[in-house]
Amino acid sequence: MASALINVPAKAKRGEIIEIKTLMSHIMETGYRRTATGELIPRNIITSFSCRYNGAEIFRADLFPAIAANPFITFFTVATESGKFDFDWIGDNGFAESASALITVE
Amino acid sequence: MKSIPAIIGAALLVTAGIVAPLLATEIPQGARRSGYSFTAPETQAIQNDDTANPGMLSVLDGASLWKDKAGALSKACADCHHDAGVSMRGVAARYPAFDQALGRPVNLEQRINLCRVRNQQATPLAYESHELLALTAFVAEQSRGVAIETGADPQLEPFITKGRDLFMHRQGQLNLGCTNCHDDNWDKHLAGSAITQGQPTGYPLYRLEWQSLGSLERRLRSCMAGVRAQPYDYGAPELVELELYLMSRARGMPIETPAVRP
Amino acid sequence: MRDSLNEKAAMREPDTSTRREFFSQFLGLAGGTAALGAVSVLTLRPAEATPAMLATAIRNVTGAAVVKTGKVRLDIPPLVENGNTVPMTVSVTSPMTPDDYVKSIHVFNEKNPQPNIGNFYLGPRAGRGQISTRIRLADSQKIVAIAQLSDGSFWQTSVDVIVTLAACTDEVI
Repeated sequence: MASALINVPAKAKRGEIIEIKTLMSHIMETGYRRTATGELIPRNIITSFSCRYNGAEIFRADLFPAIAANPFITFFTVATESGKFDFDWIGDNGFAESASALITVE
Repeated sequence: MKSIPAIIGAALLVTAGIVAPLLATEIPQGARRSGYSFTAPETQAIQNDDTANPGMLSVLDGASLWKDKAGALSKACADCHHDAGVSMRGVAARYPAFDQALGRPVNLEQRINLCRVRNQQATPLAYESHELLALTAFVAEQSRGVAIETGADPQLEPFITKGRDLFMHRQGQLNLGCTNCHDDNWDKHLAGSAITQGQPTGYPLYRLEWQSLGSLERRLRSCMAGVRAQPYDYGAPELVELELYLMSRARGMPIETPAVRP
Repeated sequence: MRDSLNEKAAMREPDTSTRREFFSQFLGLAGGTAALGAVSVLTLRPAEATPAMLATAIRNVTGAAVVKTGKVRLDIPPLVENGNTVPMTVSVTSPMTPDDYVKSIHVFNEKNPQPNIGNFYLGPRAGRGQISTRIRLADSQKIVAIAQLSDGSFWQTSVDVIVTLAACTDEVI
């Protein structure tokens, strides 16, 4: 069960700088913890996050175990045209989730 | 002969008088504060913004579970309760509530599981499982901003009393009762952490320490472990009575689910 | 569910002296004495990153370039309520034009098991050279943020953060 929360303004003026906020559910298991019986819990993290704006990559991040559980990442972009933002999270054990959001630029 | 009980009574009063400084001072209505007000501004900011609040991820999961068919009857919560925004509004503000069939109070998690067993013929969800927390958070979130009114049902009275007794009762190797911190010392700190009043306004809540959502029972068990007492099992009548007392003690305060705490 | 304990083992080194001191005060009220050596529970701890590891991690990003101080601002609470989830914002002074913009932001720490926290790649379309996220800090330590600008120059800042421990954590029995 993986949920994501994306906050992109539905409308913006052309040239306006908008903030994009993203929250993805993920345990971000560090790989440094041990079980009660002493066994190392294998690392299970999101390693990469990216955002495309009408197909062109505008933001990308490499994540490490020091990113808190349920990674929250915010960044900015200039609203240039109406269209779609695509978000992709990739991680250990084949984790791959995506989400998208629409924007109208006037 | 009649005077003997009176003498014993008087003796008890004297004893009580001696220990009085160590007994609880209940928090006046006007002085009650949500745990929110004790947290740092950056933690409050997480709760203030639904996109930043990881508890909302569980609420989203709960919204989808609400519509999932489950059990031998293949019924979803939504098949009976329809729009949770209408049917569940205010419900969490009345829990724990008295269950007629069981003859005792049940908390919201137990109510969801009773509903699964009785009305969906499904297996109960495990305490603290992602699914049970998600459904509970989704149901409780419908009551955001609603004033808590738990305990209005007169059938609950004896159970509130028991919960209150447990709250006042010293326990564990540290020999502390809940009241010693949460009634008497809530404006102080325990190491780096603020001691709150223990007002359970935002459960299930996202605790930064847990890095996940957790129930009020999980929090109470942490507290018991903190005073080096043996925590009650999840769902134990004692824990539910304690929850009931805490919720009735918070009457009038608004529900904040899913709250965010350190 | 009971994992937060192990987590602490892996992520933290409790400051036992402070705790003892505090608890002995606190216990006064219960009529008890110290000893809850308590919470020192978790003395297990993994190797932490060393200054050399931090320097290497930074060099992997900057190469031989000189890293100047300035232009970068790191907003992080100086006193953290819980090291498991620490909000943080890095902002870089830049006009963010096609010719002069922030290419990337890199965040490092001194004492987690690993020196890297995150790499964030921006571009001229970002409009503002700023990112926020939430990080884990195993202990009180120094955080370093480095930005690379479009002219290839590197700029940095660092902030010391104090991480407090939660008083009541999960079951320890």
